[in-house]
Amino acid sequence: MNAGTILTSLVDGLLIGVVYGIAAMGLNLIWGVMRVINLAHGALISLGMFGVYLLFSNLGLNPYVSLCLIAVLGLLMGVIIYFVGIARVINGPYLSTLLATFSINMIIIGLGTAAFTTTPRDIGFSLGSTQVGPLTLLGTRLVAAAVTLLVTAALYTFLYRTRMGKYIRAVSNNRAAAELMGIPSSRVLALSFGIGTMLAAIAGGLIATFFSFTILSGDLCQQKSFIIGVLGGLGNPLGALLGGLILGVLEGLLPLAMPNTWVPVIEFLLFILILLIKPSGLLGGRQ
Amino acid sequence: MKRWLHPGFWLVFVLVVILGLWPIFLKNAATREVGFTILLAITMAVSLNIIMGYTGYVSFGHVVFYGLGGYVGMYLLNSMDASLPVAVLGGGAAAGLLAFLLGKAILRLRGAYFALVTIGVNEAMRTFISNFKPFGGPTGIELQFSIYKPYGGPAQALWLTYYAVAAISIFAVVFSYFVKSSKFGLGLMSIREDEDAAEVLGIVTPDVKTMAFVFSAILPGMLGVLFFFKNGNVEPRDAFRLGFSIESLVMIMLGGQGTLLGPVIGALGYQRLRGLLLTSNLMIGSWALKDFQLVISGILMLLIILFIPSGLIGWLKQRIPALRRVLL
Repeated sequence: MNAGTILTSLVDGLLIGVVYGIAAMGLNLIWGVMRVINLAHGALISLGMFGVYLLFSNLGLNPYVSLCLIAVLGLLMGVIIYFVGIARVINGPYLSTLLATFSINMIIIGLGTAAFTTTPRDIGFSLGSTQVGPLTLLGTRLVAAAVTLLVTAALYTFLYRTRMGKYIRAVSNNRAAAELMGIPSSRVLALSFGIGTMLAAIAGGLIATFFSFTILSGDLCQQKSFIIGVLGGLGNPLGALLGGLILGVLEGLLPLAMPNTWVPVIEFLLFILILLIKPSGLLGGRQ
Repeated sequence: MKRWLHPGFWLVFVLVVILGLWPIFLKNAATREVGFTILLAITMAVSLNIIMGYTGYVSFGHVVFYGLGGYVGMYLLNSMDASLPVAVLGGGAAAGLLAFLLGKAILRLRGAYFALVTIGVNEAMRTFISNFKPFGGPTGIELQFSIYKPYGGPAQALWLTYYAVAAISIFAVVFSYFVKSSKFGLGLMSIREDEDAAEVLGIVTPDVKTMAFVFSAILPGMLGVLFFFKNGNVEPRDAFRLGFSIESLVMIMLGGQGTLLGPVIGALGYQRLRGLLLTSNLMIGSWALKDFQLVISGILMLLIILFIPSGLIGWLKQRIPALRRVLL
């Protein structure tokens, strides 16, 4: 095994890891602000995939243009899902929100399976590849990583530089206190769920540009976002990017040392260990 | 022994006994299959209710005990030439042991963190078993046809597994009532209401919680062996299907968590509805209703969680005070 193989594998892992990182950002934002584990995340990622696929194959729209459209639709959908399915139980026991999001997952997957069946789809879109030293980089993956950085920067600016972002952070910190300060918490919660859904849809759309997928593929992405979310610190949206990088390194380097099928075993063990030892994540502060 | 005279217990007991005996009287294979899935669901739900309903810890990946039990049992049957009862006990013991070890580690976590870890444990176990050569890796274990011979051939073995599942489900209900009405059960429920207060009152919460977790794991482990023995093969995907876990949670939610009757009614209702939807030939326009089984289940579940969070039995008890004495 030479250095070139290791480097290629590492870079491939990193480029994909950060894309999963976007999905995990959504998951972490939702958990951080409303203490809801969103089990519909995978289904929403799948919808993002199909959104980009359908716009590309039916209307011939460039995947990156459709991505903007999908992002807006995702935001709307998230707000609607919040008001229909979650608002009523947001103050109930966490089991209610877990099962509420899971029923939304069932509804989306059920409708998706009836409409699209489970035959694999491939978007068939390519941006060629570039050669950098010993590395061959696929165009779609480079663009996806660039979009990830852009989205992260935008999310950071939104959370730390705007009034609404400040509201979101305040509600995340202490909802009761935020309400006493006159922050409209129900709108903030709805918006946070919308943004979380938007991030899931964007991640799905990006993944669709380089992997083939079915309506059930979102499930695997959801598992990866859980792992990333915990790595980066549950509730810490920006930590998710770091989590994505770590997962990328693991997925890039572990297969060189062991059979591919052992990689998820290691990932899930890591997931359990971090939750046991430091549930606030590698980056998180003390509880 | 006054507690064994409570009408609420006898109501549930008689219900499950009737359900269990129904196919035996009819001697009908189709009814037996329906009964098998219903009793399996009832036992899963009643067992899960011990940790979820009584203790208040939501084990999201509870299917890990069913899957591991099934695998250990199948391994004993296939590679160790064990008899079915030994395999069933082995599966239950393996599940109980896993719950004991896990319980020591993960029951420290509260709320959603616990739920997340149980999902992680199930996925870690599934991916591990897929790589574990003695258990056949990704293809799993397939039983030889000759294994059914001592049980009077495959057809007779199906009846035998049915009797076993019926017996286990009746035991599950009795055991669940035993736990609920004991001092130990009171400890569990006080943990559910306020864990810190329970600890102050002298309940050794880590031990009690671990006990409850073990109790809720053993019967699913035994069921796993029976199910996969009947099935003839076991694969990681079927054994550790997270959806099965969540279905059991839904059954408990439907009927009412923490009650004795709730999980039984919930499991019965859920399985009947699912069966009806899956076998219905109803067409709406060009759409077959059975293609929408998942959607309809999802919508129903959402409605129940949003509007009747205490489940059917909890709701009845709130509405009709007279029932509070009778229903458990």
